[in-house]
Amino acid sequence: MASTAPLEVKEPETVEVTDLARPWKVLVWNDPINLMSYVTFVLQKLFGYSKQKAHRLMMDVHTKGKAVVSSGPREKAELDVFRLHEHGLWATMEQDS
Amino acid sequence: MLWCSGPGEYHVDLGPEERALLRELPIQLRDAIIANRDDTTLRRLFPPAYANDARADADFRGLVGEELEESKAQALETLAKTADATQLSEDEMDAWLRALNDIRLWLGTLLDVGEDETAEIPDDPPHILYHVLTAIQSLVIDALSGEF
Repeated sequence: MASTAPLEVKEPETVEVTDLARPWKVLVWNDPINLMSYVTFVLQKLFGYSKQKAHRLMMDVHTKGKAVVSSGPREKAELDVFRLHEHGLWATMEQDS
Repeated sequence: MLWCSGPGEYHVDLGPEERALLRELPIQLRDAIIANRDDTTLRRLFPPAYANDARADADFRGLVGEELEESKAQALETLAKTADATQLSEDEMDAWLRALNDIRLWLGTLLDVGEDETAEIPDDPPHILYHVLTAIQSLVIDALSGEF
């Protein structure tokens, strides 16, 4: 394939592309009201995690104050946060630094 | 008592006082949400999604806030409607789980429940109520996680 038309070269928008590509992480924060068994159950239910993995994440929340429970593109992170809020978990999202 | 007898089959055996709570409290909370979901006593039910970006958070809330409110109101209404049931479906049991948790978040915020597990629990009526709801929610979690 060949073309005689002049090529229009665009400067790649490096900064923005990198920025968009940086994944988002969803955090769950410790709180004194949600039961430990409830947090474990919700993480299993929403993310399909094994009981062991969900329990480990819950313990991180409980002992370290927070844990990253999922990550991915912004839209996925927003959906995950929404579903966690539906279940009353204290979830926030932020971009990986 | 609350148990699972097979896929999507849940049985409920609770006393009349507990049933009365499950009829009344969800409606009170639903009405509070409809009246003003930004009320400070409801902050644990509608936490910020973007902790460090107020603008992104306002956009997000504008986009899905109503849906979240609707989802919570529906679960609360299902709990109130089925408060006297002896048998529940999977969806109803799931609504019980979320509604009970939201009621506990609301009540726990009002009572300023703290993290200290060794602290003495006051035995005034609101704290007793909170612990009754915690006990019922634990039964629901056990029934939902049970294997048969």
